[in-house]
Amino acid sequence: MSDIATRPAPNLFANPLVKAGLIVAAVVAALVIGIRLDSSNTLYAIFVDPFQQMVQAPDLLVQTVWEGLVSGVLYALIALGFVLIFKASGVFNFAQGIMVVFAALTLVGLYEKGVPAFLAVILTLGVMFALAVTIERVVLRPLVNQPDIILFMATFGITYFLIGFGESLFGGNPKQMIAEQLYLPKGAVDLQILGGLVSLQKIDIAAAVIASLMIAALAAFFQYTRIGRALRAVADSHKAALSVGISLNQIWVIVWFTAGIVALITGIMWGARSDVSFALEIVALKALPVLILGGFTSIPGAIVGGLIIGIGEKLGEFYWGPLIGGGIESWLAYFIALGFLLFRPQGLFGDKIIERI
Amino acid sequence: MNAEPINVTGTPIRAKGEVLLSVENISLRFGGVKAITDVSFDIRKGEIRAIIGPNGAGKTSMLNCINGFYQPQEGQIVFKGERRAKMRPHRAAAGGIARTFQNVALFKGMSTLDNIMTGRTLKMKKGFFWQALRHGPAMQEEIAHRRVVEDIIDFLQIEHIRKLPVGKLPYGLQKRVELGRALAMEPELLLLDEPMAGMNLEEKEDMCRFILDVNNQFGTTIALIEHDMGVVMDLSDRVVVLEYGRKIADGTPDEVKANQKVIDAYLGVAH
Repeated sequence: MSDIATRPAPNLFANPLVKAGLIVAAVVAALVIGIRLDSSNTLYAIFVDPFQQMVQAPDLLVQTVWEGLVSGVLYALIALGFVLIFKASGVFNFAQGIMVVFAALTLVGLYEKGVPAFLAVILTLGVMFALAVTIERVVLRPLVNQPDIILFMATFGITYFLIGFGESLFGGNPKQMIAEQLYLPKGAVDLQILGGLVSLQKIDIAAAVIASLMIAALAAFFQYTRIGRALRAVADSHKAALSVGISLNQIWVIVWFTAGIVALITGIMWGARSDVSFALEIVALKALPVLILGGFTSIPGAIVGGLIIGIGEKLGEFYWGPLIGGGIESWLAYFIALGFLLFRPQGLFGDKIIERI
Repeated sequence: MNAEPINVTGTPIRAKGEVLLSVENISLRFGGVKAITDVSFDIRKGEIRAIIGPNGAGKTSMLNCINGFYQPQEGQIVFKGERRAKMRPHRAAAGGIARTFQNVALFKGMSTLDNIMTGRTLKMKKGFFWQALRHGPAMQEEIAHRRVVEDIIDFLQIEHIRKLPVGKLPYGLQKRVELGRALAMEPELLLLDEPMAGMNLEEKEDMCRFILDVNNQFGTTIALIEHDMGVVMDLSDRVVVLEYGRKIADGTPDEVKANQKVIDAYLGVAH
């Protein structure tokens, strides 16, 4: 804490706001000049035309943003699973994606074996709990106090185990999610707005609502309860947590089980939109840029990050994609994340690294 | 220097009550390094027991054995009449042993209040289900424990930093929050590892007062490691001195001060 009297006179250009303002002004000036001189209209196509389209057809813009919002919510759900485990145990759980697939496969697989839908949900929760206990016993407990990278590699092991285990139990074919049996709504709502038609899938609305409720519940749980506090405590310091009598083993089972519940809900929602297959695991990798954006330790970060990535990639694909032949949806998220890594490595909401010297 | 442990006390002096914890012939090795060799002493109910010695004497290792972070290869620890070769950290905590650390170990991202609330973990019994609902019994329990924690915050005079994340606090206050977290466990035995390290005179005086108050008001037994000899001699009822992992003296502050081996250990001796 430096004393005000001893602090050097503030350098105007060191102020980040001033700096950002100058950069923006310079870029705008360069663009205005550039567009004037631009003979092939490239700059016009990038910086002017897409926005004109947005203004001219607002219904298309709303539709695009909505679709982005929905995939954003689902990214946020997957990222939430990562954040839970990272927050509580400092382990980056590479297996979160496959846990989503595994939970959805178990649910559908049980249903196909003749188990009633809601009983199948309860049984799947049981399976996720058993998985949490097994991972704690077999993987985490023997590796306690090992460097983070070892635990990270261990989650790779879990990933490949779950892929093989899931395939041998339920087969590798894509399956249909039992959305109807779980009373998830079907069909679309058409809205007449802004002089056009915007069509919202009911399942998407349900996904957004359920995800929001779950996220709110988890945030409250973390903030205000004994177990929530213990989870955060374990994340901060193992030895201090042990000294106040928090049992690491119990906490780990709880977080992995919670992540399993989140995985199941994500699996149901995502499965209902497409189908249940191992390809979902690739989609789960989208959680990485979401986490980089939002910060690895922040639940609100996972949500906002998910929405930014979801909406950003849909807008990018629709308005800027055609300029380079489309298909930018698959890499735009990583590109955004790269920018964040350069300028704000702790993410939008991540814990600032506090260190007293 | 080959010192046999000498008990200068003979009969217990100013011993306040019966033995709460006794350490019997503890030896601890890390590979070939002997951290502690055949050390025995006891801690009596209600006393302030200091463990002193030059750097690397095995003081912190001794505390780590007592609360189960380390398992000694030889020897036993008897706590409240229960004899154990191995102590586990959460068992120690459940049995009523709380501690602070040499380099403060707080939950840096959490507020002072939440940090101290973690000390109540073992006292809170309501299950996962009620916790998840955050209603009914779990809510009442939370309120009751919050009251205890507010009392501790009052006692330590840290009301003004209740909501601040502890990572941002100055070192002296962090040490006080850590003491608060240990007190929240309502321990029978409180282990303090250099509670005054890195503090200025005023902070040291505050901390001394808190330690004495804890001992007087709550009757908590305290074992502390400290380097400031003035503090040790003023605070403690009995002192045990370690050097190179062995016990070289054990007795009242005056006895220890007069002990030739202790003087040699601290001032060096001509060979």
